Amino acid sequence: MTLMSAQEADFGQTPSQTVGPYFAYGLTATQYGYDFNQPFDAVVALDNAAGERIRLEGRVIDGDGNPIGDALVEISQADGEGNYPQTPAEARDIGFRAFGRTGTGTDSQNRFVFHTVKPGAETPGEAPHINVIVLMRGLLLHAFTRVYFSDEAEANAKDAVLASVPAERRHTLVAERVEQGGAVSYRFDIRMQGADETVFFDV
Amino acid sequence: MLTPTQTKAPSAILTPRDWEAHPSYVYPGYKSTVKRGPQKPLVPLKASLGELQQPVYGHDSIGEFDHDLTRNARKNGEPLGERMILTGQVLDERRRPVANTLVELWQANASGRYVHKVDQHDAPLDPNFLGAGRCLTDSEGRYRFLTIKPGAYPWGNHPNAWRPQHIHLSLFGQSFASRLVTQMYFPGDPLLQYDPMITGTPERYRNRLIADFSLDITEEGYALGYQFDIVLRGADETPFENR
Repeated sequence: MTLMSAQEADFGQTPSQTVGPYFAYGLTATQYGYDFNQPFDAVVALDNAAGERIRLEGRVIDGDGNPIGDALVEISQADGEGNYPQTPAEARDIGFRAFGRTGTGTDSQNRFVFHTVKPGAETPGEAPHINVIVLMRGLLLHAFTRVYFSDEAEANAKDAVLASVPAERRHTLVAERVEQGGAVSYRFDIRMQGADETVFFDV
Repeated sequence: MLTPTQTKAPSAILTPRDWEAHPSYVYPGYKSTVKRGPQKPLVPLKASLGELQQPVYGHDSIGEFDHDLTRNARKNGEPLGERMILTGQVLDERRRPVANTLVELWQANASGRYVHKVDQHDAPLDPNFLGAGRCLTDSEGRYRFLTIKPGAYPWGNHPNAWRPQHIHLSLFGQSFASRLVTQMYFPGDPLLQYDPMITGTPERYRNRLIADFSLDITEEGYALGYQFDIVLRGADETPFENR
């Protein structure tokens, strides 16, 4: 008989801890110029991916209103036809990885910028959206949110998840469409605190 | 070809997050939480297809030595410090192994210094140690890293604040919604009681963040062995396929 280990004595979900200030060379090494590759980056969709090409960009803003330079943002979304690739081979074939990761520390304005496509609806009745995880120093558990689109008012009005959000807070989940020189961007700032605190979900 | 297991069943709902076991978003002992942790209540969301997808990654994401931090950044010799093996199983709450999932790791070197550009601690960098690695779990959910035991280092949170020795870990598990980022600590570290990152975790769950030393994992004359099992949320109602 062996002594039960400290871990074994208390089996259950491993508690979350902050990603800390020094995640860059572990999770986003190429982006930050370290000599190590990274499995995911800010390019979610290649040219041949189904859907309208968009940039998703924004800042992560702290309780004092300052943009955060050591945040990490991850997104997961369907392609323009509402599909997720299931294997690396399929992702290569359709030019779409469905998942992106980028830090806010390499942009002069501390923005995150993803190169992707506007997602299609995953299931009937659901408005198109992008799933977002925010991580940073000082955030003990990553925060989940969603990006909806300002030009999808009709679909947004019918979306069950948006309907579950208090009406006065729904705007924090809607990215603003900006068309400039033929390029389409959606602006989505993530506010950690304050009157316009972004809605975070218990997923 | 590595093909990660995918969730095929949108009806599969994850076990709930164990809110008791996680630290609260705002924990004033850790100063940075005060302006960064959300303050409004979270809105409940039943995971839908998007949250149940797992990121797709291929064999090209993982280099031959990425699990071996004593080799993956060598320039002109061995990294300095105490070699250690870190291994364990990634499980869900029903003790089902989470196979073929990505485990990413990063840490300070033996003298407590991160390679990171904004780390101002004046301990030396090690030219042969980056402190970053990754691997996939095997069919039994096991992961294994060979690395160097990280040093403690000072930080500016409170007077005479030093972080206990620790290793950062990042996992996805079966879906986007089971994502976990955590830190592994070492048994018997005298700094644990003073560190607000671990004491932000309710006391009865802190053991889940502390690895076990293991003479069985230790390799004769070469490296000390530590075991750290990681438990993620799993499927609740409908079993995931391919498992």
